[in-house]
Amino acid sequence: MSKEWLDRLQQWAPYAVTPLIVLAALPAMGLTAWVTLTIAGLTMGMMLFLVASGLTLIFGLMEVLNFAHAAFVTVGAFVTVSVLGPLVGWTTAPSLTLNLLALLMALLAAAAASGALGFVFERIIIRQVYGAPLHQILITIGALTVIEQLVIVIWGPDAIALPKPATLRGSVFLGSSPIETYRLVALFVGLAVAAAMQLILTRTRIGLVVRAGVEDREMVQSLGYNIRRVFVGIFIAGTALAGMGGMMWGQYQALVNYQIGDSMLILVFIILIIGGLGSVGGCFIAAILVGLTSNYAGFLAPTLALGSNILLMALVLLWRPRGLFPIGEQ
Amino acid sequence: MAEADDVLLRLDDVHTDIGRYKILHGVSLTARRGRVSMLLGRNGAGKTTTLRTIMGLWKARAGQITFDGQPIGAMDTPDIAQLGIAYVPEYMGIFGKLTVRENMLLATGAQGFAKDSLDRVLAWFPALKLKWDSTAGSLSGGQKQMLAIARAIVEQRRLLLVDEPTKGLSPVVVDQLVEALLGLKNEQTTILLVEQNFRVALAIGDDVAVMDQGRIVHSGDMAALGADEELQQRLLGLSMAVDT
Repeated sequence: MSKEWLDRLQQWAPYAVTPLIVLAALPAMGLTAWVTLTIAGLTMGMMLFLVASGLTLIFGLMEVLNFAHAAFVTVGAFVTVSVLGPLVGWTTAPSLTLNLLALLMALLAAAAASGALGFVFERIIIRQVYGAPLHQILITIGALTVIEQLVIVIWGPDAIALPKPATLRGSVFLGSSPIETYRLVALFVGLAVAAAMQLILTRTRIGLVVRAGVEDREMVQSLGYNIRRVFVGIFIAGTALAGMGGMMWGQYQALVNYQIGDSMLILVFIILIIGGLGSVGGCFIAAILVGLTSNYAGFLAPTLALGSNILLMALVLLWRPRGLFPIGEQ
Repeated sequence: MAEADDVLLRLDDVHTDIGRYKILHGVSLTARRGRVSMLLGRNGAGKTTTLRTIMGLWKARAGQITFDGQPIGAMDTPDIAQLGIAYVPEYMGIFGKLTVRENMLLATGAQGFAKDSLDRVLAWFPALKLKWDSTAGSLSGGQKQMLAIARAIVEQRRLLLVDEPTKGLSPVVVDQLVEALLGLKNEQTTILLVEQNFRVALAIGDDVAVMDQGRIVHSGDMAALGADEELQQRLLGLSMAVDT
């Protein structure tokens, strides 16, 4: 086998991991369950991607480890509660249009609230700890606790029910496989956001600067771009995406509590590590991989559901220590 | 032209520390308009630190740096670059995940490429035209260096800071780079060039400053240094690659 062929195989092998897992799962569970779980896994992956994509860019651009990212998920979920409460007439109406309109308003409000909080958070907390990883970890974990306590002060300590809109409660059938209607909506939203991000990153000047900044921040500055200003924008966008993820996840679970963000954080960090820190494309593929693995393992070996993703991460790191799609690899 | 007007970049008694290490101990040098100023010296003499200090990547602890009469020592790197100073680091600073076109585009203004300027640069480095839509990470070492220099000059710059562009490159690629740098010299571009290859320095340089242990130990005419083997030996020792 020639060296060139081996290099090419090495380069493309990470792309084959997800399809191989999907194909390997088929004979283990039968077609009906496989279709249902694959769509469920993709949906879960999309919701995780919403949260993880912002975090990976925040780390990639300024090497800021923001453990408080979970708090923006929580804020997004609770803002959804506040927005959909008064819109109960729309969410209970047997009208798909009104139901989707209510979700859209909640999505925009969650993104706006988390993004605005993100802006304040960056100005007051994050800018004090640039280049100091230990301080970042300590202060962002502390801030996570403070924001969660503020959520308790505003919305109370108890879990709040967040029923799905009337027309999105049932299932549709793909062949003989039942698919929850809400999952299709979440899948669509996730794909739309991923497509929008891809367009911005690959077709605009600011996207070009962000991609370059993730690779070599210093050189981007030497070319005349103020990377800190760019970073503030990315931080706001990243926290807004976390808010959207919180809205979608809370609605998916139909229940919101102040630890909803924490429950996603472990999976989000697993995604960042598997995908390669700072890589949005890697984040997208890793999110799908984690979503699928959770669902397949939950069906085949329920006791291994969470452990399956940790195992997956360990295997990936043994194979590629910097993740599947590392940034800065020449 | 008066001497003061002739000087585009001036460093006066510049001291730079990296952590607790004192690297530059009062560097004073000038780069004159339309001329190629060589910065030579052994490894570890402080040449790269000098360029990085000019770009604001490391801040000077003391001393003054002026560009066209304007103090820039306290300015941030993006603001220094906006004055028209381009920097080609020793490691080239290529964005490997971006295409050649995207790497070049980053160095242009909001309006994108000016066709004449792009054609001029690609005429010097035709290999880049062939790799236009390839990722920069897939280029050879020589092609990456060509890209680094092409990116620095794709827009009109007032000063080029170039750090060891020929390091580790094959003689053929070195010749190509020298040709491009001579072309820039003919266009009256002001260049401050760090170089280890003495043959290259002699071919391109007008003026020279030699550094040792964070200080300028000699400055003058490049041709005069080229003609004085005893001075070369004393200032640059055996670590300088004298290629005759």
